[in-house]
Amino acid sequence: MEFFIGHYNYWVVIILMMVGLYTVISRGNLVKKIIGLNIFQVSVFFLYISLGTVEGGAAPIIAEGVKVYSNPLPHVLILTAIVVGVATTALALALVVRIKETYGTIEEDEIHNLDHSL
Amino acid sequence: MRKLTGLLFAGGLGFMLLAIASGLDFGSPPMRIGEAIQSASPQEVGAANIVTSVVLGYRGIDTLGELAILFAAASAAGLVLGRRHTTTGTQRKGGFVLFHGGALIFPFLLTIGFYIIFHGHLTPGGGFQGGVILAAAFFLPLLARPGARLHHSILSVIEAFAGASFILIGLAALGEGQAFLQPMLNQDTLGALISAGTLPLLYIAVGLKVGAELASLLSNLAQTESEQ
Repeated sequence: MEFFIGHYNYWVVIILMMVGLYTVISRGNLVKKIIGLNIFQVSVFFLYISLGTVEGGAAPIIAEGVKVYSNPLPHVLILTAIVVGVATTALALALVVRIKETYGTIEEDEIHNLDHSL
Repeated sequence: MRKLTGLLFAGGLGFMLLAIASGLDFGSPPMRIGEAIQSASPQEVGAANIVTSVVLGYRGIDTLGELAILFAAASAAGLVLGRRHTTTGTQRKGGFVLFHGGALIFPFLLTIGFYIIFHGHLTPGGGFQGGVILAAAFFLPLLARPGARLHHSILSVIEAFAGASFILIGLAALGEGQAFLQPMLNQDTLGALISAGTLPLLYIAVGLKVGAELASLLSNLAQTESEQ
């Protein structure tokens, strides 16, 4: 039981990751697919930050009287990944806007039907 | 059918990840490089915030790459959306509260954005976070007044200036006979506002670039909406 409580960050990460993956696979709506990708992305952020945790460690900012700090490297990677994630989401939404203008729909099946590509 | 296979795939992958994760220790990371950076960075870089000293000191060229990705995404979104003609009147104006609340909160957002950028080497925060707040400050008036436009020419001048100054600071280190983007001039006390040499300057450049790029991205999307 203690094992399950001690690792709860990982369980949350895996649940979020699978929710995101399932949304990307099962939904035909392109906006819902982007939402699924974002949920998946957040789970990766959470996984990195969890891996950097040090037992009893403070935030990695040098201060008087603090001996143990968390690992700063995952924080750095995720700091830039969040901003890039926002930019790529905006690009994906821009593409969806153009698809809507061209095809008149954002459902994947209907786009395939219009293109005769399936 | 697709839902069933998707559920099976996600379930199986989740079970595999569970098996891997249960072998990972929580709270005692196997990575030793973090400790090495913590003990070396105060002397080598001089920033109280270790995250900042890694972002701009040890991995400065990586941050330049991230800025390039951000620039590519912003310009690709602009390219995909094309030139839009804003038609006023198709969208309802924001109400009294949104209109005046936006005007009231604008200077505070600007102040807190610049505060976070300037204290990036001392406190949690920095150019990326402060830049997003600056972008929000300039985007808020667009929500209140749908017809209003951001001046894209001014934004691109700010963005170009910030990107160029980031690279010029990096080249200045080369001129001093050091590596590209290596931090310089850090003979100040740890934790003071003016310390850590060129790091705050680099973070100001990052903040202005992120702010300008996100503001132009958001205004592109907002103008698209107001057309339809």
